[in-house]
Amino acid sequence: MDASACRFSSATNDSPRRPPRPRWSTPACATGASAAASSTRWPRSSSCNNSWIPTDRLHKALGLTQPLGAIDVSFYRDDFGSKGLHPQPQRTDVPFVVEGADVIIVDDVLYTGRTTRAAINELFDYGRPARVDLAVLVDRGGRELPIAARYCALTLPEPLPARQNLQLECDPSGALTLRLIDA
Amino acid sequence: MRNPQLNKHGELQHLLTIDGLPREILTAILDTAAPFTEVAEREVKKLPLLRGKSIFNLFFENSTRTRTTFEIAAKRLSADVVNLNVSTSSTAKGESLLDTVDNLCAMQADMFVVRHAASGAPFLIAQHLETAGRDHIHVVNAGDGRHAHPTQGLLDMYTIRHYKRDFSQLTVAIVGDVLHSRVARSQIGALLTLGVPEVRVIGPRTLLPAEVEKLGVRVFHDIRAGLKDVDVVMMLRLQNERMNGALLPTPQEFFKVWGLTAEKLALARPDAIVMHPGPMNRGVEIDSAVADGAQAVILPQVTFGIAVRMAVMSMLAGQQGGNK
Amino acid sequence: MRIRIANGRVIDPANGLDATRDVYLADGKIAALGHAPDGFAAERVIDASGLVVCPGLIDLAARLREPGFEYRATLESEMDAAMAGGVTSLAIPPDTDPVLDEPGLVEMLCYRAKKLNRAHVYPVGALTIGLAGQRLSEMAELVEAGCVAFSQANVPIVDNSVLMRAMQYAATFGFRVWLQPLAPFLSRGGVAHDGEIATRLGLPGIPVAAETVALFTYIQLARVTGARLHITRLSSAEGLALVEEARAAGLDVTCDVSINHLHLCDSDIGYFDSNCHLVPPLRSQSDRDALRQALADGRIEALCSDHTPIDDDGKLTPFSESEPGATGLELLLPLTLKWAEQARLPLVQALARVTSASARIVGITKAGHLAHGARADLCLFDPGAHTTVSREQLRSQGKNTPFLGMELPGRVHYTLVEGQVMHELG
Repeated sequence: MDASACRFSSATNDSPRRPPRPRWSTPACATGASAAASSTRWPRSSSCNNSWIPTDRLHKALGLTQPLGAIDVSFYRDDFGSKGLHPQPQRTDVPFVVEGADVIIVDDVLYTGRTTRAAINELFDYGRPARVDLAVLVDRGGRELPIAARYCALTLPEPLPARQNLQLECDPSGALTLRLIDA
Repeated sequence: MRNPQLNKHGELQHLLTIDGLPREILTAILDTAAPFTEVAEREVKKLPLLRGKSIFNLFFENSTRTRTTFEIAAKRLSADVVNLNVSTSSTAKGESLLDTVDNLCAMQADMFVVRHAASGAPFLIAQHLETAGRDHIHVVNAGDGRHAHPTQGLLDMYTIRHYKRDFSQLTVAIVGDVLHSRVARSQIGALLTLGVPEVRVIGPRTLLPAEVEKLGVRVFHDIRAGLKDVDVVMMLRLQNERMNGALLPTPQEFFKVWGLTAEKLALARPDAIVMHPGPMNRGVEIDSAVADGAQAVILPQVTFGIAVRMAVMSMLAGQQGGNK
Repeated sequence: MRIRIANGRVIDPANGLDATRDVYLADGKIAALGHAPDGFAAERVIDASGLVVCPGLIDLAARLREPGFEYRATLESEMDAAMAGGVTSLAIPPDTDPVLDEPGLVEMLCYRAKKLNRAHVYPVGALTIGLAGQRLSEMAELVEAGCVAFSQANVPIVDNSVLMRAMQYAATFGFRVWLQPLAPFLSRGGVAHDGEIATRLGLPGIPVAAETVALFTYIQLARVTGARLHITRLSSAEGLALVEEARAAGLDVTCDVSINHLHLCDSDIGYFDSNCHLVPPLRSQSDRDALRQALADGRIEALCSDHTPIDDDGKLTPFSESEPGATGLELLLPLTLKWAEQARLPLVQALARVTSASARIVGITKAGHLAHGARADLCLFDPGAHTTVSREQLRSQGKNTPFLGMELPGRVHYTLVEGQVMHELG
């Protein structure tokens, strides 16, 4: 399959199934920063400071009232012992109450699952969520941990080899593409 | 001679002094400290970064304050902290510094945070570890004699950056007992490396070290002239316990001439910030009104200090001693 | 033994000689230079082609650590070092334990050294009992026991009236007083030259004033008492200027500088290298340059090693807690040669600083030169061979040298004392 480009549409009828709303809390949304793990770089939204475009669109599309959060997993990675501290850790921002919340973690590419594991650990340091779901644009295969995305726009039929990566890009019109590059 | 703080790849292996560290490393430490500041605001004030690592606080000079901040920083990184109280340890019984270090290495130490009354002690330890091939053990200087207190210098820089953003337009004054101050030496080094165009030292001749102007600072004895139009005022503690041999008549006279009062502070820029490494001698180097006033950022310094120390420990522990 | 040293380049600074000559030794003395004496039958011929043949070096300060500091070094180990370094006579400072203030002790030391039959020792006696600066030592008896002069080593006398009396008493006999210019209170607590380097490193400083104030005092007292002075281990340009002034005013003042201050300055402390912790401290580059110039033109007469062996325990500590001093007996010749090379000085001039000039200061007439009848103390060395200074290569028990790792010229092939070969390479 030609996985060199993949358009992600943010139209509401294409959006992932809306998660069920529990009676007593509104779902919140958090994005995962996967920059370090899969070397994709999120294009920043000019309208929303520090927000990643896919998450921003998802947040709007779902009509969520709780503010958007951002998790930087640099301090929770499992490869600190071999690779050391990531050179440019960013701030983690969780501007909502995690205790009892329904949370969606959004990431661009799901690969080994280690970034998601780190993000979940970090989230749990803020409180005990009622539910955590994972939404990703692409599942490239190659899982090393028992992690699964409940919402996934594209699952590659063959896992990508380790020497290749998927890079998310945004063109001036706001269209997002995923480009296949060498790692 | 290679700077013993850097390993053969030019990465930070130990933090011993600001002197000789390139600007990029100082900036990287400040950048890394930023995300650590918000850990203190969380419910769970812990990160798993140094879990399983043993950090030994080797304090040969008494200091509850500094030791506590290092302890808090280490524990927030999930490290195991051991405090070595020298007055009751075998060192007081005559064991040499290096023998003490060797014993602790045998107990699987990963990092030493060292405070010592003699300048250069952490360098001796770092060189000893290198000779013994112990690349995975890191040394953080928590203050050696009059020489250096690099984490204090760094947290002071972080504080300045937080309030003033751009180092390249600032005039900074350091006031007081520069002669005995390791903090001052680290501050001067950091300010100049980060590109501060004018660094002033203000004090009586007896409290300014020989040829201090060769460090790159402007010397003032008159505090009013020295504080004029300054953006940052960094007060130093009058080191009573270090003072012997007729350096000053009395703390009262010191306060009259060089103590920071609101009246003298008014000569600086209206948005100037006032800093102090603590603990303060109120009424000696600084007036209570100023210490508690709007321009003082002394308490934020303490908060930033924990984040900076967390950043330093994480960056060092992330080095693999040249095996990367 | 009758020895002929053939084909060597004979350098005898005392007589201004630098030429290829044969040297003939008999009965422990120089029998002749150039042509064999009548009826001379050599029992041994040493081929000195490619080697310099000069008088054995005379070191004005070498601590052999006996009595009292045998865990640091012994007469045996240090005599070995002396022989390996071509040093055939050495003056010993009085700061042994007990101090050399007792005639019996001095006799013992001389006896022990004589029995070892290596270098000649010239003890410098303590000026005051225990070096405590209160009571005079028995100077006449000490000279009889073998002392050649009197000094306080690195322990300055605090009470100037005692210093004055001590000088007066010594002047009674014409004994020379060797003094280290170090004002006690100005130098107290300091470990490094009070300048930019000490400021950067946060090390307590010893200002130049500690040297000049002391020098001024000694010179004034010498003027008043008529004492002959030898100023040891000059460290500063200003101190040097004071000595020159005194000399110009007619005072009998000689002085020396150590190999450490000749080659190093305060920036060599680097990252707190305690091998650079010395008394007096290493001073600035301009001080060093002034000392180098003065040694070259003879305003400073002699160069010495200031040999002070210290064990690792004394040096593997933070700088200010370490014991001051450096080993250097074996490095006297190489460092003299290195300096000569750098200063573009002819060897005959450079070697004077460690042979004829030192001899004059100690008062040795029979050695330090190669005239007929002189004691056959000789050093034969290859000026072109280089050695790297290392712990393994040093024979002294003290490995504490700031010159570790440096490549220095001059390898000693033979050392002779009173006509006997005491050291031989290979």
